[in-house]
Amino acid sequence: MAELSYRDAVAYGIAQEMRRDPQLVMLGEDIAGAGGVFKTTVGLLNEFGPTRVRDTPISEQAILGAAMGAAMTGVPVIAEIMFSDFLAVCFDIVANEMAKSRYMTGGQMSVPVVVRTANGGGSRFGAQHSQSVENWCMMIPGLKVVAPSTPADVVGLLAASIRDPDPVVFFEHKSLMATKGDVPEGEVIDELGQAKIVRAGTDATIVALAYMVPRALEAAERLAEDGISAEVIDLRTLVPLDTNAILGSVAKTSRVFTVEENPRLCGWGAEIASIVAQEAFWDLDGPVVRITTPHIPLPAAEALEDLAIPSTDRIVRTVKENLD
Amino acid sequence: MNTEMFDPELMDYANRDPRLPSPVDEGNADLGIDLEQRLDLYERQQVLRQFEKRAYDMFLQNLVKGTSHLSLGMEAVSAGFGAAMRQDDYTFATYRGHAHTLSRGVDLGPVMAELLGRENGLLKGKGGSMHLTSVEHGMMGSYAIIGAHLTIANGAAWSAQIRGTDQVTVCFFGDGTTNIGAFHEALNFAAIWKLPIVFVCENNLYMEYTPIDLITAVPNPAADRAAAYGLPRIIVDGNDADAVYMTALDVIAKARSGGGPSLVEAVTYREQGHSRADPGKYRPKEEVEAWKGRDPIPMYHQRLLGLGVSEGDLAAIQQDVARRVDEATEFAKAGAPPGTEHLMTDVWSDGGAAWRN
Ligand SMILES: Cc1ncc(C[n+]2csc(CCOP(=O)(O)OP(=O)(O)O)c2C)c(N)n1
Ligand SMILES: [Mg+2]
Repeated sequence: MAELSYRDAVAYGIAQEMRRDPQLVMLGEDIAGAGGVFKTTVGLLNEFGPTRVRDTPISEQAILGAAMGAAMTGVPVIAEIMFSDFLAVCFDIVANEMAKSRYMTGGQMSVPVVVRTANGGGSRFGAQHSQSVENWCMMIPGLKVVAPSTPADVVGLLAASIRDPDPVVFFEHKSLMATKGDVPEGEVIDELGQAKIVRAGTDATIVALAYMVPRALEAAERLAEDGISAEVIDLRTLVPLDTNAILGSVAKTSRVFTVEENPRLCGWGAEIASIVAQEAFWDLDGPVVRITTPHIPLPAAEALEDLAIPSTDRIVRTVKENLD
Repeated sequence: MNTEMFDPELMDYANRDPRLPSPVDEGNADLGIDLEQRLDLYERQQVLRQFEKRAYDMFLQNLVKGTSHLSLGMEAVSAGFGAAMRQDDYTFATYRGHAHTLSRGVDLGPVMAELLGRENGLLKGKGGSMHLTSVEHGMMGSYAIIGAHLTIANGAAWSAQIRGTDQVTVCFFGDGTTNIGAFHEALNFAAIWKLPIVFVCENNLYMEYTPIDLITAVPNPAADRAAAYGLPRIIVDGNDADAVYMTALDVIAKARSGGGPSLVEAVTYREQGHSRADPGKYRPKEEVEAWKGRDPIPMYHQRLLGLGVSEGDLAAIQQDVARRVDEATEFAKAGAPPGTEHLMTDVWSDGGAAWRN
């Protein structure tokens, strides 16, 4: 076991895969010489050289287009989009090109690209550098969507994403960068589409993702003090979605809460609420409750941003109110 | 409001001064291309012409559904480049991609069947006219969102560079495409990474229904932008297969030998509307007639006669192509509609479409 920060786990995970596969390359803005604006790619240029770790101009479409073209001709690629908000600039390549090419070509085309991007709030950056946009990607057929919450998951899920022949959007959370955790020795490889029960409980299921996972865990801790036993599920990947983990938990607890950082409308929790309502209705003792950022652009000021993103307090309060 | 900006006469495109073709450069008969190569160029153009005419007939019979964009009148560009490319080179095309697909040697039958939405289509009926792709022929796709594929083509070129092969990527697009951001991102990117790629702008003078000169800051939409990316200005007569072929040999050789990208503007004209739904009425009649008089195929036919080829030899090529187009038509018509099992396949690498367990 080695303790790593979430930030360092990114470079650690990429290095593991670049050592394994000498074809694997990466590109993005400021990722080589500077080691990334979030310092998630430090050391990679030194180890793998400028042919495999490449700085690009500020050309998001050119970055993802190049990633796709290389991938479809036999060179797997990790591409970085500095902030996930910038996906809007190159969303054509993500949503119309990478995601559709296998289907449109009757299965001829394979696009093994991982698009890594820094997602989410908590940094007081304002609405254009803070949004949680995992739901943008979740709604596109043909994209896999991953959002780890711990350093070990960063390494294992990065490896799984890189080895997956389908395009994956990999969301690294800005507010988790400095958090630390143990990463197993040796090669770490995880599996996409497997949620994790990170705390067992019997009274309520709290489903969370990325930055909301530590908050859900804190909330569960506090709920336990009040005699409420909450089970916390870290979804880890939105596509494929581990519905078995959710439905299994609901069968046990009979109540479901989602904790989502994305703005309310069409957040991932809406899909989960719908699946639970349709497939586990008779297991439920009460409505599925979504705890989300309101449907607003994210504000910059600390006081407002903290109010917007689901807090531990809000989770505790909402669960209690609804279980009474 | 500044009403001068809205000159209604300017918007009456059909009554503008026609944009006339330049005269044929008779010197191109002496480019030193051997006769066998020329007969191949002739045959290629015949294939593209006869295939698309048949495809058009089948729209009229309502056998081809959806939309479709023909290259009638523009065949010399794809024929010239197709002949100059190596088998393992890569092609990227737009929704106007039938000709570029066929000129990589893809069988006519599956392409026709794809237009008809049949199971024996090139893409099992899942892509349609605008997305023709045949990876085994290096035809890496037809893309229908303007500009995107220039950036994707860069990736294929980058991959050849990384893998140390000397494959060249050729990427075709229209004049209208030079005004979208992706064009400029892609050109800069290719230039700084010295990618083995050739960008070919098929300037057919119209972006869909709007004359290109009314919406572009420079007269030659591609060539006049080349300098901004440190590239030479290259304009070629896109209706002259010999001229295109010679230019293609040049720029492909440059890319193959590590000399980096090129941007070629091939000036041509589409003889029909933009797509199946468009009668093309926004074009001055005189202009359409003048360009029909510069149709690449009769022009090439004349050139070959001048070089001593007999009418009989050319007729034999035409008839052979007609037979192949007939066979392709039969193949396509005989295809069944795609079985329902195809709906839920090919989303993921495991062949399926499951997003949950
Ligand atoms: C991003 C985008 N905008 C608009 C369109 C609609 N559209 C399809 S073809 C076309 C005209 C393109 O003109 P040009 O690049 O000259 O190619 P041509 O059709 O003449 O071959 C337009 C506007 C599109 N497909 N994609
Ligand atoms: Mg055009």
